[in-house]
Amino acid sequence: MRWVNRQVGRGGRVLLGAVPILLLVLVYIVMAANRHAVNPADKILPLPGAMAESMSALLFVPDQLTGQLVFWADTLASLQRLGIGLGISTLMALAVGLALGVLPSVRATLGPLVTGIAVIPPIALLPILFIALGLGETAKVALIVIGIAPVMIRDIAAHVGALPREQTIKALTLGANSWQVMIRVALPQAMPRLLHAMRLALGPAWVFLISAEAIASDVGLGYRIFLVRRYLSMDVILPYVAWIALLAILMDLALTFLSRRLFPWAHGESH
Amino acid sequence: MSTLLSFRDVWVEYGDRIIIEKLNLDIEEGAFVSIVGPSGAGKSSFLRLILGQEGPSQGTILMDGVPLRPECGPDRGVVFQRYSVFPHLTALRNTILGIECEKAPVLGRLFGSARRAAEEEAIEMLTAVGLGHSLDLYPAQMSGGMQQRLAIAQALVKRPRILLLDEPFGALDPGIRADMHKLIRSLWRERALTIVMVTHDIREAFTLGTRVLALDKRRHDPHAPHRFGATVVYDLPMRERPEEDSDESEIITIDVNSNN
Repeated sequence: MRWVNRQVGRGGRVLLGAVPILLLVLVYIVMAANRHAVNPADKILPLPGAMAESMSALLFVPDQLTGQLVFWADTLASLQRLGIGLGISTLMALAVGLALGVLPSVRATLGPLVTGIAVIPPIALLPILFIALGLGETAKVALIVIGIAPVMIRDIAAHVGALPREQTIKALTLGANSWQVMIRVALPQAMPRLLHAMRLALGPAWVFLISAEAIASDVGLGYRIFLVRRYLSMDVILPYVAWIALLAILMDLALTFLSRRLFPWAHGESH
Repeated sequence: MSTLLSFRDVWVEYGDRIIIEKLNLDIEEGAFVSIVGPSGAGKSSFLRLILGQEGPSQGTILMDGVPLRPECGPDRGVVFQRYSVFPHLTALRNTILGIECEKAPVLGRLFGSARRAAEEEAIEMLTAVGLGHSLDLYPAQMSGGMQQRLAIAQALVKRPRILLLDEPFGALDPGIRADMHKLIRSLWRERALTIVMVTHDIREAFTLGTRVLALDKRRHDPHAPHRFGATVVYDLPMRERPEEDSDESEIITIDVNSNN
C-alpha cells in the first residue's frame, strides 16, 4: 500500500507522537549523564534529579523575602498579564474587526491606521510604552495588546468582509438594519474565527509577555528565567520552559474545544 | 391585474459600458415572470435593479407608483442560487430572523410570547415548503434542495410584494428541480405571489412563467461590443395551463430519507 493511503489509528497516533518526544528526552539524559561523568558539578545540562530538587524549592518553600511560593506567584502574574492582554485584544478585534468588515465608512476611516500599527514591530514600541506608562503592569499588558490586537483585528475584518455579499443582501431583504446585520449575521459567523485568531495570537502573546517581563519586572515566568540565567541555573530554566509549553498547549486545546462546543455549525459536523 | 412594477426608460451603465438600455416594462401584480437571455445580457443587473442593490443610471423604476429606493428592503424577497441561508442558524432560526429584525430593532432577538408567536408563524411557513420535520437542522446538514426550500420560506415569512429568484434551482439535480418547480408553482398560486425569476433553463422559464422576457442586445457593434446594452427583445405571455396538482400536498413534503 502506498504511504499516502496508510492511515494511523488512534493508539498508533499516540504512540508515534510520543516517539520523537521520548527520543529527545533520552538524548538529553544521555548527554547530561555524559557531562556529569566528566564533571559532577556541571550546570549546563542538569540531571532530572537536580531539576526536581531546585523546582521543589520554588514550588513548595516560601521565598524568604516576599513569603510567596515563587513558582506559583510567577505563574499567576504571567497568566494574569497574558489573560488581560489577550482579553482586551479579543474584545478590540471583535468590536473594531466587525465594524471594519461590515461598514465601508469605518473601513475607509480606520483601515489604514490599523494596517499601519500592524506593521510596526511591537518590540520597537516597548521603550515608548515604558516611558509613557511606567514600568508597571500597564506597559506589559499594553505591549501584548499592541502586539497581537492589530493582527487579530485585520483577521476578523477580512473574515467578515469575505462573507458572501448575498448574506448581507438577504438580511436586508428580511428587514435588517446595519446594526442587525452586524449582530445577527456578521458577529455569530465571526465568533469561531475569533477563537481561531486567539489560538494563533497566543504564540506572539507569549513572546511579548516574556520580552516585557525580561526587561522590567519583579515577578513572572519570563522574569524568573532571565533572572536565573545569571547563575547558569539551567535546572530552573528548563522546567520553566516546559511549564510555559504546557500552559500554551492547554490554552490551545481549551480554545479548540470551546470552538467545537459552541459553534458546531462551523466545524462541518454533518448528519 | 394592477401594475406592480414599472420601468421607464431605464439605463444601466458602468463607466462607458452599457449593460441595459432604454428598458420600458410593466410587471403586473400576481405575475410569474421568467427572465432568460445569454450570459452578459444584463439578467443579473435587471434583478439587482428590482432588488435595489443598485439604482438605474438613467430613468425611473416605480413600485406601486412610487420610485424605488436603491436599497434592499423587506418588500422585496430574494432567493439566490447559493448563500441564501445563514449557516450559523438552524432552519427555524433562519426563518424567524425576518420577524425578529422587524420587531426587535436593538437586540435583533425575540423572547417569551413574542418569540413563540414568531416561531409558530415560521413553523407554518416551513411546513408549507416541506421542512416541517427539519426545524433544528443547520444548513450544512441539509441537501441543496432543502436549503433552497429554507431560503424560500425565509423570504416568504416577510410577505414580500415581489419575490426575486436568481437561478434558484440551477445547482440542483433534475429530479429535485422538478419537485422544486411544483413547490414554487403551488406557492405562487396559493399565496398570490408576484415572482420574477432569472434562469438559464429555457424549459424552466416556459413551464413555470406566466410571462417570459428575453433580454438581449438589439444592436451589436463588433468593434465596441460594450457600447450597446441589452433590453427586452421578446415578451411572451404564456397561456394559463391547467395545473396538474391533484397530489400537490404530497409532493412538496420531503421524503423520509430527506435526500432532496
